Amino acid sequence: MKQGYSKSHYWRKSKSAITTFLCLLSALIAVVPLFLIFFYSLSQGIGALNLDFFIKMPKPVGESGGGMANAIVGTGILIGLGTLFGLPISLFTGIYLAEHKHGAFASVVRFLTDVLSGIPSIVVGVVAYIVVVLPMKHFSALAGGVALGILMIPTATRTTEEMLLLVPQSIREAGLALGIARWRVTLRVILPTALRGITTGILLALARAAGETAPLLFTALGNRFWSTEIGQPIASLSVFIYDYAKAPFSDWNRQAWAAAFVLIFFITILNVIFRFVTRGRYAGNGN
Amino acid sequence: MADTSSNIALSVAQQPGGGAEMAPSPDVFVEVKKRKSANLGDLIFQGSTAFFAFLVFALVFLMAYEMFRGSTLSIDKFGWSFLWREIWDPVQDEYGALVFIFGTLVSSVLALVLALPLSIGVAVFLSELAPRWLEKPVSFLIELLAAIPSIVYGLWGIFVLVPWLRVSVEPMLAKNLKFLPLFKGAPYGFGMLAAGIILAIMVLPIITSISRDVLKAIPTAQREAALALGATRWETTRIILSDARSGILGATLLGLGRAIGETMAVTMVIGNRPEISSSLLAPGYTMASVIANEFTEATSDMYISSLIEIALILFAVTVLLNAAARIIVWSVTNKFKNA
Repeated sequence: MKQGYSKSHYWRKSKSAITTFLCLLSALIAVVPLFLIFFYSLSQGIGALNLDFFIKMPKPVGESGGGMANAIVGTGILIGLGTLFGLPISLFTGIYLAEHKHGAFASVVRFLTDVLSGIPSIVVGVVAYIVVVLPMKHFSALAGGVALGILMIPTATRTTEEMLLLVPQSIREAGLALGIARWRVTLRVILPTALRGITTGILLALARAAGETAPLLFTALGNRFWSTEIGQPIASLSVFIYDYAKAPFSDWNRQAWAAAFVLIFFITILNVIFRFVTRGRYAGNGN
Repeated sequence: MADTSSNIALSVAQQPGGGAEMAPSPDVFVEVKKRKSANLGDLIFQGSTAFFAFLVFALVFLMAYEMFRGSTLSIDKFGWSFLWREIWDPVQDEYGALVFIFGTLVSSVLALVLALPLSIGVAVFLSELAPRWLEKPVSFLIELLAAIPSIVYGLWGIFVLVPWLRVSVEPMLAKNLKFLPLFKGAPYGFGMLAAGIILAIMVLPIITSISRDVLKAIPTAQREAALALGATRWETTRIILSDARSGILGATLLGLGRAIGETMAVTMVIGNRPEISSSLLAPGYTMASVIANEFTEATSDMYISSLIEIALILFAVTVLLNAAARIIVWSVTNKFKNA
């Protein structure tokens, strides 16, 4: 039987083996940058990652030491403002999309949410500049918050919708069969069931917003001093990374790496948690 | 609450179409009215969710309108010629977007050329070849690659990628491929090549994850049929790939959209020089990075207006690309779902 195999058979077999190997190789190549980025952020930033980094203010040009306390608080405030602005819209729109699965208007909105997620963040920054900075006549945390709020809408909306749709239809029917009004079933039964997934999904959207830089450059601007006023320019970790990366001081460069490490550390942790939470959900719904 | 008539009323209220055929007795009619007033909460709730959904709908158009209004000054002055004017001179207040459109196109296309073969390889690996225990963690790592902020890529680009290009890669390219105009000039490190590589890393996760979803949507029967005919693993994969090609096109368009709008990482490594050069080693400038660099410095109204017009172009291009890509991906996955 064995001599029945033609030459082309072996050629086809080896071609298959080669391409399989190439696919494996591309998967390896694809994850290399991730490890490089983690490695460099940690190895370059570790020298600046100490308690001072979190609780001290930035030092003037030329002096070493200091920290990014104002930027950490600033990023927190910006995210808070973004949440205030983006969360209600995302939550309600997500509920609307989940309740009108096949509705015509829901399809249009779902489509536009996807399109919105592809709009460059710098463009969102320009819009926030026109809508908030121009009328107020100066840069402000508020404008940055509006930009971040718009940016989190697509992710938060679609996560809310997906998590709500994961709740089995039978639970909704059970609620309705008890004679409970639709809106109460949604708010008191469906939403709490999906809450874990929605919360982590929204945290993930927040983490992404925390890393945004381009839309903050001409909205929140940046600030080397302590400020928590939402009407004034405010510091943020991401803009600090940008400024410190361009600066010709190795101490500042080190702090930029440290800030980058802090950002990707939080993003990774939240991604892991999200993965863990949604895996539980899928498993519970896999009937 | 628990009597039968209210249960009937509930179902009538739920399905008005079905209820009409039932010819309900008069007392049920009374119940229907009662239920409707009890459903005021439903009305309010439905209304408010619809209102917020409408806000998202309106947001996209509001953004377009505000940018259009913000750029009237330069639209009126330069008209369509803004798109192909090569001049960018804040001193004389003369502006044109050609240099930046060129830079954006070249860096994005370079990114796609580098990322597309790799992405398809990874997508095939994840959907066709990898065992489940390996597929999950690799997918997660690819997702994580998409979650890393642009600014961190830029930081890594400045301190790791650019020096590496300047010291090892670019002199090598310039030496061995100097007959190509693509690799002429001094090796700065900063330039189109650096921007293209950074962008390739950033669009890879998008193209990969959507291609993988499209490949997974293709029915297993297709693979079984090919294998039953004696096809090797690669021959089977090729059939699957040709089934998925329009979906992969959609994924590529989404990646292109991301590359075109990417700002920070590109701004940090492209060199920011408004020049058109045929060499990939030369510095360039993109639409997104000119906005990032010059928006706060723009002093005259015409300057600001021109920068807003560039943002408007970016907006229009990315909206069109994303819309086209989404429609393609949807129609492909739906086709296989219904099959």
